[in-house]
Amino acid sequence: MPEGRTRAIVRKLGGTPAPVVSGDADSTLPGSGNTASAIGKRFHGDGKGRRRDRLEELSPALQLIVDASQSPSSLSLPADDPGGRGSLWRQTLLSFRLNKAAMAGLFVVVFMILFCFVGPIFYHPNEMNAQLALQSNPTGFAAAPNSGHLLGLDPNGFDELGRLMVGGQNSLEIGFAAALAAVVLGVGWGAIAGFFGGWIDSLMMRIVDTLLSIPTLLLLIVLAVIYRPSVLLLILILAGGAWLVPARLIRGETLTLRTREYVQAVRMMGGGARRMILRHIVPNAIGTTVVNLTFQIADTILYLAALGFLGLGVQPPETDWGSMLSSGVNYATSDYWWLIYPAGAAIVLVVVAFNFVGDGLRDALEVRLQRR
Amino acid sequence: MVRYLLQRLVHSLIVLFGVTLVVFLLLHHIPGGAARGALGNKATPGAILNFNRQNGYDLPLWDQYYHLVSNLVHLRFGYSYKLNETVGLAIGQRLPKTLVLTGLSTALALLIAVPFGVFQAARRNKATDHVLTGVFFILYAMPSFLLGTLLILYFAVDLKVLGFEAPQSTSVLGILSQPRDLILPVLTLAAITIASFSRYMRSSLLDALTEDYIQTAKAKGASRARVFFNHALRNAVIPIITLVGLSIPGIIGGAVVTEAVFNYPGMGLLTYNAIATTDLPLLIGVTIVSTVATIGGSLLADLLYMVADPRIRYA
Repeated sequence: MPEGRTRAIVRKLGGTPAPVVSGDADSTLPGSGNTASAIGKRFHGDGKGRRRDRLEELSPALQLIVDASQSPSSLSLPADDPGGRGSLWRQTLLSFRLNKAAMAGLFVVVFMILFCFVGPIFYHPNEMNAQLALQSNPTGFAAAPNSGHLLGLDPNGFDELGRLMVGGQNSLEIGFAAALAAVVLGVGWGAIAGFFGGWIDSLMMRIVDTLLSIPTLLLLIVLAVIYRPSVLLLILILAGGAWLVPARLIRGETLTLRTREYVQAVRMMGGGARRMILRHIVPNAIGTTVVNLTFQIADTILYLAALGFLGLGVQPPETDWGSMLSSGVNYATSDYWWLIYPAGAAIVLVVVAFNFVGDGLRDALEVRLQRR
Repeated sequence: MVRYLLQRLVHSLIVLFGVTLVVFLLLHHIPGGAARGALGNKATPGAILNFNRQNGYDLPLWDQYYHLVSNLVHLRFGYSYKLNETVGLAIGQRLPKTLVLTGLSTALALLIAVPFGVFQAARRNKATDHVLTGVFFILYAMPSFLLGTLLILYFAVDLKVLGFEAPQSTSVLGILSQPRDLILPVLTLAAITIASFSRYMRSSLLDALTEDYIQTAKAKGASRARVFFNHALRNAVIPIITLVGLSIPGIIGGAVVTEAVFNYPGMGLLTYNAIATTDLPLLIGVTIVSTVATIGGSLLADLLYMVADPRIRYA
């Protein structure tokens, strides 16, 4: 799928350095032509206005080529030109928007965020207050969905739909925050190790190797048992298990980036290590970083669910999706379906959605990589 | 090749040494120390002092670390006060059973994932490809304890064809002799890796199909099936070995949850109980043994890769 789409978009936008791109694109798979022509049809259907826009988009790049041929002194890479960069991002965005799975994933993610964070404004039953729950539900049995409680009550007397919202807040917040912290740490670590090389690289990467060889879930378990988890600690613990993969990825990317002309040029001009890393290497690794971030969010939500099953998730009366599901499966044989399927579906939907978004971003960013 | 092997071994030892350091530092971060963990919240200060002196926790840090490493070298993992037996013994009894579970499920995952990955590569971008991708993604995104519970509900409670609890036999042979109870745990654990294996197989095969030797084979008039199976597939299937090696940490983590769901008497259940009782010496022992398994597994995968693909020569 990515091959065909990439080729189609590259060809349709036309503004790419022809020899490099067409060479790359033509070596793609046989049989991906169907997608290419399908997307091609969609483009032609859009009429002339769109095409004129595209020409206007191209004009700065064309101007550059003209400039370059006239005076060699003004030669600059298109990627450093603000106009050129804008159109690169536009290509990425376009390619992403044409990816149905990725757009569906994005839709699910946005929907879930709205559901969890805006939903409680409109739907505010009792989902956390144990006193109230005891008064309204003294028998301690779960209650089936009814008009007052759209997804029923759990055995504690808490409203299941309301709990799904506040639990989702925790799951999503922890997932986002832990993945973000992990990626920031990993990018910094990997960029520094890869940039300096030598013994610094060896030392830093041996630390990563060491932690990576401890099975992540076990590392998380030991950390969570030692530091009884609050939401903030769960974020730190999950980030502590997740930063290793981005560190490795970015280190690998830095190894190639640091040999690039533009980094060498900064070095020639006397730019310091900090400038080279922060202003040139990290921004150029942004694609890898963003793609990894989306996958890390998905994995973190899954790990949080596993911790919830082991009783190490967000502690009651608060909750997260994993902890909810884990207490729900205890009643699996009692036909309390509303304690299992909603929470289970929420986890599966969000994790699949983030994976689709990540895949879509990766495919879309390949267009950028081809232009480099 | 011998040199590469030695290099890898030395590297593994360094990593293992690092793991002991991490574990040691973690031990020192337990609030109240190991004594509080073993003796409980009601222990008197005198009892704690006594415990620390007996177990050498009053020694200087470097001395304590030296003792930990020398104990580990002699395969002494410490004593579990909760189980009232040595950690080494507790793990030794359960490790073979977990190896059976993880081994069977990995084999099953490969048996399912490789053919499906090949099928998807052959039907790429067709409806069946997309449907299978979706199904595998859902399998991947489903927490193991949910999948395990659903499988129990359907096959053990509703259909009554399979057991809802894993075999409880004390011996490995006893466990293998009860396949009816073994199927669901193996299936649950396999589901974790099926998605990544099949996706990898699909893209690996698609990559192989763009290689020059495929063009050559086609030019020489080889049939489509021959090009696909004899040329592309044979080259594409080899990297799966590396992927299996890389999946070991995930499989071990999955075993903790799966064994807890099915009450499978292996190391995962041991870990689960160690969490419930805050048994730190046991947790640490389990972590170290799992780490050794991970390192050993990736070493083995590299070796197998070398054997399977004669082009790979590590200088």
